Amino acid sequence: MNSIIFTAAARILVALLFVFSLFMLLRGHHLPGGGFIGGLIGAVSFIVYSLARGPAEARQALRMSPEAIAAIGLGIALLSGMVSFFMGDPLFTGQWYWVGGDSYETAAFSINSVLIFDVGVYLVVLGGILSLTYAFEEET
Amino acid sequence: MTWVLVMPIAVPFATAVIVYLARNYPAGRWISLAGSVLTLVASGVLMAAVLDQGVIAAQMSNWDAPFGITLVSDYLSAVMVVITAITGLATAIYALGEIPEETESLGFYALFQVLIAGVTGAFLTGDLFNLYVWFEVMLIASFSLLVIGGGKDRLDAGIKYVALNLVSTLIFLSGIGLLYGITGTLNLADLRGAVETVENQGLVTVIAMMFMVGFGVKAAVFPLFFWLPASYHTPYFAISAVFAGLLTKVGVYALMRMFTLVFVGDVGFTHEILIWVSALTMFTGVIGAAAQTDFRKILSFHIISQIGYMTLGLALFTPLALMGGVFYLVHHIIVKANLFFVAGLAKQYAGHTDLNRIGGLYKSSPLLAALFIIPAFSLAGFPPLSGFWAKYLIVKASLEIDAWFIAFVALLVGLLTIFSMTKIWGMAFWKPHPDGIDPTPDHAPAYVTRAMLVPISGLAAMTIIIGFFPEPFVQFAETAAMQLLDPVDYVTTVLGVQP
Repeated sequence: MNSIIFTAAARILVALLFVFSLFMLLRGHHLPGGGFIGGLIGAVSFIVYSLARGPAEARQALRMSPEAIAAIGLGIALLSGMVSFFMGDPLFTGQWYWVGGDSYETAAFSINSVLIFDVGVYLVVLGGILSLTYAFEEET
Repeated sequence: MTWVLVMPIAVPFATAVIVYLARNYPAGRWISLAGSVLTLVASGVLMAAVLDQGVIAAQMSNWDAPFGITLVSDYLSAVMVVITAITGLATAIYALGEIPEETESLGFYALFQVLIAGVTGAFLTGDLFNLYVWFEVMLIASFSLLVIGGGKDRLDAGIKYVALNLVSTLIFLSGIGLLYGITGTLNLADLRGAVETVENQGLVTVIAMMFMVGFGVKAAVFPLFFWLPASYHTPYFAISAVFAGLLTKVGVYALMRMFTLVFVGDVGFTHEILIWVSALTMFTGVIGAAAQTDFRKILSFHIISQIGYMTLGLALFTPLALMGGVFYLVHHIIVKANLFFVAGLAKQYAGHTDLNRIGGLYKSSPLLAALFIIPAFSLAGFPPLSGFWAKYLIVKASLEIDAWFIAFVALLVGLLTIFSMTKIWGMAFWKPHPDGIDPTPDHAPAYVTRAMLVPISGLAAMTIIIGFFPEPFVQFAETAAMQLLDPVDYVTTVLGVQP
């Protein structure tokens, strides 16, 4: 695509979409959002980039092959589930550490394994979608 | 306790991740092999736990049943998980010889491990929607494995395979939706009670038929089997062996689970249909095989015909029949995977799988001939190999309830199976090679043949062991059948277990 308007707009859009995808990821679990939707939005940002600059450059911007990102995401998701092993809980039981309180309402923020799982999902979705779209774009 | 159930799924998944990242290095294939060994160990631990306690269950994420996802294993699940791990290990060894490096770097081993994880997950889950998810995991992995390595044939086969499987998945998913609509639960153990109290039992039977069609496509029963012979003869031999061994059996397992645990309200209707479906499956499969001259196509049609025996075990719905069905399931996975392995090695020697274009294998490799005879005769039901006991149990079960015609069909199909097996024997092993050459694998390095011979010999040895010492296996199958027919333990363990 050789539209200069699109290329110029893409510069802003890509960054905005990507930041928004991270926002969606971090917002998840307690509010609408999460790894899956975040990953989709993140993938959209890279797709916009690849439409503006071509798939070859988009691949470079990603720095890793999308398939590897998906594999790493799967590994992270699996590991986050394994955390509960050391706590003596069944697999994928969420582990929560509240900072400044003891529940969602009172605490300032929390450190938890659920977010790590969401990060894994985010990467799987991002990598999976991008590996498909890049393959399509390069074909034609 | 929960970890015993999780490990057989988690290990192959973890292996897939590591192997994918190492796909461009020779270490990748050894990691895959190590992962398969670990999976076998994990499933052995699971088997030990099940033998100790009967039925074990675990609630994922600490959500009580019936709200969360339950993993549950009774005797049937446990033996299926173990046999999956054994087939997985055999395939991992076989792939060392067969799979070229280009295919490895496409992520072959990662996909293979995901496939094993998917199959194991389907055997262990106690939740209907989760079962659908595992089916999808399996479908995605198997579609990729089917087309990996490229070629027009593979793509053609892959499209047929995935299109027809998607249709089945759709019917299955609609069934799940309807069932959830009328009962409000998807936990299998919970469904048993919930389905009984539904007012409109006619609707339940309709949904049962949707499940029968959905799983029927996966299991390749008559008249839904046409995707199988269209696709199983194209991929790598390691892949077609693991498909032949495991994938259709997941469909049979799902049928067995659903039609013993949930849909038992109208046995006279649903299981009667299954009886005739089974008989037709057996017969059409074996007739189809008689018309083929390709090594793998013959074997593919025989998968169909053998599936009929397993569903027959379910359809007759007596303790003996179910016991025969379970025994058949296990025996068939070993034997069928092995026959595909042999087909691959035969191609390695003689250069082709078309029986008209090969020959003379007996003269050049008596060892391979012997290793073919064992699974082939076991498949046909020769005493004292494992297939004899499997067929014996099924036929006896049908005679017990005076189903003479069914018994007759089962025996006739056994006879026709021998016809096909002797055809392969005569054309591939006895007749001289049409090109007048002595078939040898001289173009392949020695390690290739060795890597292929190890799993073939191992599985053949298992066939012989089951054949000569059927006692413990039959007893195991008996307990499994008892648990299927009277799933009180299953239900109370799932619903009662506190995480």
